[in-house]
Amino acid sequence: MEIFSYLALFLLIRRILKSFQFSPLRAKWAPQFTTALWLTVGLYVLAVCCLNDALQALMAGAVLLGAITFADREPDFSSFSSNIKAHYPLAGAELVTGLTAIIVPRFFGKYDNYFNFVILAAAVWIFARWATTKKQRQEFDLITQQNMVLDKMVAQRTAELTKQKDELQGTLELLQTTQQQLIQSEKLASLGELTAGIAHEIQNPLNFVNNFSEVSIELVDEMDEELAKGDTQEAMAIAADIRQNLEKIIHHGKRADGIVKGMLQHSRASSNTKELTDINKLADEYLRLAYHGLRAKDKSFNAEMITCFDENLPMVNVVPQDIGRVLLNLFTNAFYAVHQKQKTVGAEFKPTIKVTTTAKKGLVEIIVRDNGDGIPESIKDKIMQPFFTTKPTGEGTGLGLSMSYDIIVKGHSGNIEVLSKENEYTEFIVSLPV
Amino acid sequence: MMKILVVDDESDVQPLFVQRFRKEIKSGEYDFSFALSGEEALSFLEKHHSEVILILSDINMPGMTGIELLSRIRHSYEKPPPVVMMITAYGDDENRQQALEKGANEFLTKPLDFTLLKDKLHTFLQ
Repeated sequence: MEIFSYLALFLLIRRILKSFQFSPLRAKWAPQFTTALWLTVGLYVLAVCCLNDALQALMAGAVLLGAITFADREPDFSSFSSNIKAHYPLAGAELVTGLTAIIVPRFFGKYDNYFNFVILAAAVWIFARWATTKKQRQEFDLITQQNMVLDKMVAQRTAELTKQKDELQGTLELLQTTQQQLIQSEKLASLGELTAGIAHEIQNPLNFVNNFSEVSIELVDEMDEELAKGDTQEAMAIAADIRQNLEKIIHHGKRADGIVKGMLQHSRASSNTKELTDINKLADEYLRLAYHGLRAKDKSFNAEMITCFDENLPMVNVVPQDIGRVLLNLFTNAFYAVHQKQKTVGAEFKPTIKVTTTAKKGLVEIIVRDNGDGIPESIKDKIMQPFFTTKPTGEGTGLGLSMSYDIIVKGHSGNIEVLSKENEYTEFIVSLPV
Repeated sequence: MMKILVVDDESDVQPLFVQRFRKEIKSGEYDFSFALSGEEALSFLEKHHSEVILILSDINMPGMTGIELLSRIRHSYEKPPPVVMMITAYGDDENRQQALEKGANEFLTKPLDFTLLKDKLHTFLQ
């Protein structure tokens, strides 16, 4: 029955060695294990040849006990601990059998079958342990495998999500750039509308500069004539006129200068510096520009412009070109509305734009009212949305009011309100905190 | 002496005319009056319409436009009908057509060519 011990030891070594197949421990243990395998076989052959049954059993028990005691203490084999421990009964049984056979041979001779049975049972126990651990190991492997698959899937999903996130991030950045570009092109578009108005506004002072210069040259000639005649009094009167003309030239030159500066300010990207501003002056300036801009596009257009400015309006701390853009937008819309109505109603309709400024407690209000077609109730809550426009495709960007809203509400902590009655009027009320 | 009413919302038109027609005013050939709006021109005409022989009016003015003023003049003052010349910065055909339809005698564009204006005045006032 000693064969079981050697066989169990032999198989234990093989199994441990096999399980180390993909582990760095293999390199460490393979030579010792191979030696141990041969040693096991050698010891068995030696025992069978040279020893009697009792000594054979004793030796088998001792060899097995020695081997598993060593293995059990070795941390590298800790994962096989339960299997290794399963060998103790067999080693014990062999030792007891051997000792009994030596010390009480007669007793042993009588009951050796029982001893053999115990050894067999211990051997079966070992193989049973192996079978159950193998099953557990298989289940464990299966779970590990499933875990790996899951890990892979999670990693894949994570990668997909990261990719999507990156793509969205990219799209967002693109949208932000596009928005900036749209704002800039909207500014340029409104500048385009302004060009005609600006040209007209510059032409007027320029005419005066030319006219007063020309007339001054004539006056100098006349002054020479008077001096030649000796009429110094008349010459002095003419000189006074010339002086007055030169002042007019300066005045109108500065007027043109101011208009060009205003235009440059309007087109500038964004300085965002708030300064104390005369809202009346700003409103008047942009009202004229808007009117002339529209006139240049459609020469048959005419509208009455009523300005009702509060002379005691306090200066307001705003970004002038931003507020200018808002006003320009409101004026252009108002002119557009009355112009559309004029086209349908005809000559009896009198297009009127009224701009009012008033000072209220802590506020300055700018009211732009037109007697155009009004805003239908159904779209009233949409007009401040970006890209919403009632103009035909290609004519309006739909950004005017939404940008105005941003400038007034976000940029200046003010408010824009709309009052309208269909077919009668539209009124925009911009309020700015003083 | 011929009385001419100049209607323009730009007040500097007044010294300009006075200086341009310095000699004519001095010699008593022309006498200029000025109005800054259509409304002002009408109220001036109410008092002086028999004296005013020629009216020079800008078209683009806040409030009453030059064209409207022209219609009112043609409607209210038949005898004697004053000569009305329209002046505008927008010298397009449509504007000219409209002015002439409403009864303008002449249509001039800004910047004003004073030599041309003097010629026209001569022909109309002879």
